[in-house]
Amino acid sequence: MEIFGSNKTYNFMGKRLPFLALSGILVLTSIILLFTKGVHLGIDFSGGTLVQVKYEKPAPIPQIRDILSQHKTFEKAVVTKFGSDEEIIIRIPTSTTSLGKDIGDEVRTILKSTGTYQIRRVDIVGPKVGNALQEKGLMALSLAIIVILIYVSFRFEIRFAIASILALIHDISIALGAISLFNVDVNLDILAAILTILGYSLNDTIIVFDRIREGVTTSKETDLNKVVNESVSMTLSRTTLTSLTTFFVVLTLYLFGGEIISGFSFTLLVGVIVGTYSSIFIAASFLVQLNFSISKYRLAQAEKEKREKEKERLRAQFEQGIV
Amino acid sequence: MKIFNYRLVIFILATVFGIMFSIPSFLQTDSGKKISLGLDLQGGLHLLLGVQTQKAVETKIKNIAATVQYFADDNDILIEDLTINKTDLSFVLLDDSEVQKLDEMLKDIKGLKVTKTAQLEYNISLTPMQISIVKDSAVSQAIETIRNRLDQFGLAEPSVVRQGKTDIVVELPGIKTQEDEQRARELISKPANLELMAIDEKKADQVYTLTPEQAQEFGDTILPDSNDPKIKYLVHQIPILTGSQVVDARVAFDQSNQPIINFKLSSFGGKIFGDFTAKSVGKRLAVVLDGKVFSAPVIRERIGGGSGQISGGFSVDEAGNVAIALRSGALPAPVVMLEKRSVGPSLGADSIKSSLFALISGFVLVVAFMVLYYGYAGLIANVALITNIFIIIAIMAMFGATLTLPGMAGIVLTVGMSVDANVIINERIRELLKQGKSIAHAIENGYSNAMSAIIDANITTLLVAVILYAYGTGPIKGFAITMSIGILASMLTAILGTHGIYEMLMGKMTKDKNLKKWFGVK
Repeated sequence: MEIFGSNKTYNFMGKRLPFLALSGILVLTSIILLFTKGVHLGIDFSGGTLVQVKYEKPAPIPQIRDILSQHKTFEKAVVTKFGSDEEIIIRIPTSTTSLGKDIGDEVRTILKSTGTYQIRRVDIVGPKVGNALQEKGLMALSLAIIVILIYVSFRFEIRFAIASILALIHDISIALGAISLFNVDVNLDILAAILTILGYSLNDTIIVFDRIREGVTTSKETDLNKVVNESVSMTLSRTTLTSLTTFFVVLTLYLFGGEIISGFSFTLLVGVIVGTYSSIFIAASFLVQLNFSISKYRLAQAEKEKREKEKERLRAQFEQGIV
Repeated sequence: MKIFNYRLVIFILATVFGIMFSIPSFLQTDSGKKISLGLDLQGGLHLLLGVQTQKAVETKIKNIAATVQYFADDNDILIEDLTINKTDLSFVLLDDSEVQKLDEMLKDIKGLKVTKTAQLEYNISLTPMQISIVKDSAVSQAIETIRNRLDQFGLAEPSVVRQGKTDIVVELPGIKTQEDEQRARELISKPANLELMAIDEKKADQVYTLTPEQAQEFGDTILPDSNDPKIKYLVHQIPILTGSQVVDARVAFDQSNQPIINFKLSSFGGKIFGDFTAKSVGKRLAVVLDGKVFSAPVIRERIGGGSGQISGGFSVDEAGNVAIALRSGALPAPVVMLEKRSVGPSLGADSIKSSLFALISGFVLVVAFMVLYYGYAGLIANVALITNIFIIIAIMAMFGATLTLPGMAGIVLTVGMSVDANVIINERIRELLKQGKSIAHAIENGYSNAMSAIIDANITTLLVAVILYAYGTGPIKGFAITMSIGILASMLTAILGTHGIYEMLMGKMTKDKNLKKWFGVK
């Protein structure tokens, strides 16, 4: 079976401006969403309390809200359905530090009149922990970007590195926009998902760039657009295939993985789609926009080779005892 | 035609290793190293506790004051105005002929900063070095104490470890109900600070009119009754004895069948107690636990033998907790809860079920797709994929790693991504075949052409995983670990392993020449 004929070259670069425009609109919308609507920080980052309750019958949400509103601690509690009709989540913005009797125990006692239920999960995160995690999360994200920048510049060239980072920022901002739009609770697992997207989308981009590098060094073609078109077309079936298999897996995780990891798999789902799109249509366009020059690259490459040969010659001479 | 080549041999060894070491985890056998399930999958309680180390310094000062008081009484040295502040204590020595004796005693206590004026006004505090020692040992002692208490509580495999400077992580798998969990938490948090204190009989009748500051000026403190907080007692600030002298504590029942706690003092504690009761006949002694007065009986005669009891409206559970806490020692400083994650066993079981379903269905989809698209080449990639999963599980089992929900997600994701290397290789092989190259040539060059892309892509993903591990906590670390192992194992299985299989089948393939069957090419 084959999806794309491997001999066909598609003119991606000729149509790069409409795609860049589309991406621009998506990224801009996401940024506007992030600044106006913002993301909803979950308790991992904001601190607070989360109680998951499962009733034997459908949960009497209005009654639960009513009872909670009568207690001062739970004034700001938010009650939402979770997965099924029987299961609810109560979110409380405050946390307690006392070990003996905590908010979870209180919920257990005051809900007694609402039916038979089981408390399945109680998460309490103090404000100090939340702040520390926020810092660590940002640290991880920026460190990852720096490390990638260094590695790709070392293995390819600085413009490849910049283009791949731009593609990453593109993917991550759109994923964040989707998180904001669909009110996903941002917890540690979402951070993990974002970092996975980062790795995944980079993976895709690098495989395309690897082909471009190969095309630049082996073919005689001097028109960057043509080299890029050929390389992207050659890797097209690989990019779509891998994306498809990953997409299958993430989709099953999203559909059947349960409510607790649904935020995680949703973020990945968006990431896989955006990541694939960007490695086919966007990443290489950045390279072209950055005025990457084939002839200069070849010159630099030749220079490098010459230096290496020179070194080798000297070493050989040294070994033979001439110098 | 040679069937065995070095690549195949390595691959087969890796497969055997993977299967052998993952069997204990799959079958959950009793022997052998296996993966244990994280708290989010098996249910349990995870706590991050903060130790308020400053309080340990205050307790230390209090203990030094008690020592000074006892020493002075014992040696008939007259001192006056012994008061403690939070981090220092002061008193006046009335008899200047005793300066040397007192100073020698103080010198024996390590880490003190003693200043005295010409009027013999002493001020004692701890040196900065001693303060950090006290704080540090407060945390390690708290860990020891909590561990002891949980052991006596009878829970399976509690884990209590230090995190950072002042924090402690407590993990309790196998807690079944919320009620059990609350009891465990109460046990951990109970300071269990037992103090035997003398009631200030001279001013006892003023207790309801004094402010805490005025009481402090007399060297006294006001404490509430344990049953009725409205009842107050005025006691001398410096305790006669503290719980550190308790060697044993047991629950017993009094005449009216109420639970009480009998405690036994060390021989030194017994001597202090005996001396004190001998000269305080007719006065009252307050039994204070965690800042509340449980009883204040009148001393009728000298009490020797060094034992006593705490009574006062305990439930049986409570009395049990107090006895355990007294036996295992007081917490040197109060602990507060910074973070709690509690997962019920049924939720954990649900999570396993759903993620296992996702893992299997995702896996089946990928495997079927690969065969459909690549024919035998897809089948070979699938063999590598299955081996990869075995190896991930085997390595995790060898390190005794725990499998968390994000860890499961990491494995699921690895399934999707580890076929990537084979997709890249197969695409390269197809390209070469279409150029009319021979199968042997296509395979050799397909692998070498694909290598730089695979290596670069894997290394960058690995770098991200390492950063994730370094900056993540708990569950995120689990995700990063499974992903890293998956990537490394896929290098072995997807690159080396499949190459070995091709080399083994080379003879067949060149004879057969059916490119559609082998590589799915038209």
